[in-house]
Amino acid sequence: MRKILFVEIKLHLRDWPSMLFTIGLPVLLMVVLGLSIPGLSKVDAYGLRGVDTTLPAMMALLSLLVLACNMVPAVLTAYREQGVLRRMSTTPVHPARLLVVQLLINLAMGAIATAVLIVSAGLVFGAAAPRHWGWFVLVFLLGIAALLAIGLVIAALAPNGKTASAVGAVVMQPMMLLGGVWIPHEFMPDLLRRISDFSVAGPVTQALKTAWAGQAPQPLHLAVIVGGLAVFGGLAVRLFRWE
Amino acid sequence: MKIIEVRNLRKRYPNHLAVDDVSFEVAEGEIFGILGPNGAGKTTTVECVAGLRAPDGGTVRVAGLDPQRDRDKLRRVLGMQLQSATLPEKIKVWEALDLYASFYPDPADWRELMERVGLGGKRDTTFKKLSGGQRQRLSVALALVGRPRLAVLDELTTGLDPQARRDTWELVEQIRDSGVTVVLVTHFMEEAERLCDRLALIDVGKVVATDTPAGLVARVGGDRKVRFRPSAPVDDAVLLALPEVHEVSRNGGEITVSGSGDLAPAVTLALAQHQVVPRNLRTEQATLDDAFLALTGRKLS
Repeated sequence: MRKILFVEIKLHLRDWPSMLFTIGLPVLLMVVLGLSIPGLSKVDAYGLRGVDTTLPAMMALLSLLVLACNMVPAVLTAYREQGVLRRMSTTPVHPARLLVVQLLINLAMGAIATAVLIVSAGLVFGAAAPRHWGWFVLVFLLGIAALLAIGLVIAALAPNGKTASAVGAVVMQPMMLLGGVWIPHEFMPDLLRRISDFSVAGPVTQALKTAWAGQAPQPLHLAVIVGGLAVFGGLAVRLFRWE
Repeated sequence: MKIIEVRNLRKRYPNHLAVDDVSFEVAEGEIFGILGPNGAGKTTTVECVAGLRAPDGGTVRVAGLDPQRDRDKLRRVLGMQLQSATLPEKIKVWEALDLYASFYPDPADWRELMERVGLGGKRDTTFKKLSGGQRQRLSVALALVGRPRLAVLDELTTGLDPQARRDTWELVEQIRDSGVTVVLVTHFMEEAERLCDRLALIDVGKVVATDTPAGLVARVGGDRKVRFRPSAPVDDAVLLALPEVHEVSRNGGEITVSGSGDLAPAVTLALAQHQVVPRNLRTEQATLDDAFLALTGRKLS
């Protein structure tokens, strides 16, 4: 297992352009948007600016979505198509280990991307780090798990790599909308906000944002994230094909 | 001792019957060939042997193990090279070998194995940059890294150029000489004839015949043919008088003599006695292709 992890980490590092994209794009977007939209620097009724919590939380979601909708389906369908999983199933080690390692690596990438966002928001905007670390870490872990489960379902259902990237891109658009990447949650029309509350992406952004500001997330949001994890995780386990 | 016993194997996919009724036995230490046209059920058969697919009927035993029930034990005695399975593009040769060695409790020394398959100079080359022959040799090395008693090689040389194919054949003979039983799946008659100690001919999911390559060829009658253009007119009777000759036919200026035994020397000698030189002399012998044609009524390739 350790060796699989080492080798897969090396393979990921050799594919550094896509790593740079996952980690770099949200940071770049955050800095550009934060500096160019004056409204994001205005202090609201709670004494917070947009660049303090809303913008970084949005961008954290964006990097998790890139991992879940692009990276995971691409790697897993490629491994299936190339027969990597099948070759492994001829050895005493089940290919499920490779899958676990992939998920761990994507989890780590999401954590690194989020950490880079926290640090950059501090350096560029003087934003404070998340005030409630416990909730923040919990929400991050549950959120990335639920989103990666969606990525696994895409990888399970797509017959090949091409379809997987197409489906991933199509799924990602509404998730970005509902997650508040295009319009922050509080500016959404009522109906959209209601839908957003029940999408997995919306609650992830909202819960990250509230934990960032130092409060406990809404129970509804936590429930939706956990529910999403259970539903998509269950589907992924049932539907995943090794060949 | 029999390392593989397959009896009345049957496997149905949703849309077609891949294996109808296949039985064969493989003795320890031999190269056993499974020869047949594309789609005959060869790959499905060995996938059932390797425990990658569950048969719908029949029994399979590999070193006394049931591939479905004893999957873990089976994977330690059986190494498999899969048809058209690749590796991640950016993995290096040594990394793949080191990784796969870590999957087995008592692996071979992968450095030595790398040299044996001729990839010593490609240690740090990524999979993407290997040639077709090098990829296949790496694939064989991965099948052997767990020190199996039995190696299953599926369509090993498909898509390789003639030189790479011959190198790979030598490698297969080396594997057998090191004491590992080899099951070779192929649709190349030449490959089967050159490498296999015994082979099963498979067509539309059934075993047509199991024998040595020479035995299979002998079954189709074993008539040889000699073709030539005589330098001067010659009477059929001269040739038909020879005990080796069964039949003489003419096509334009060319004479075809079929018969058995030392046909070519006998014909040449008889012609020489009549001051006739056989020009463009060619001899033809039945091949596995002919055997397959005779046994199934269809061409192998």
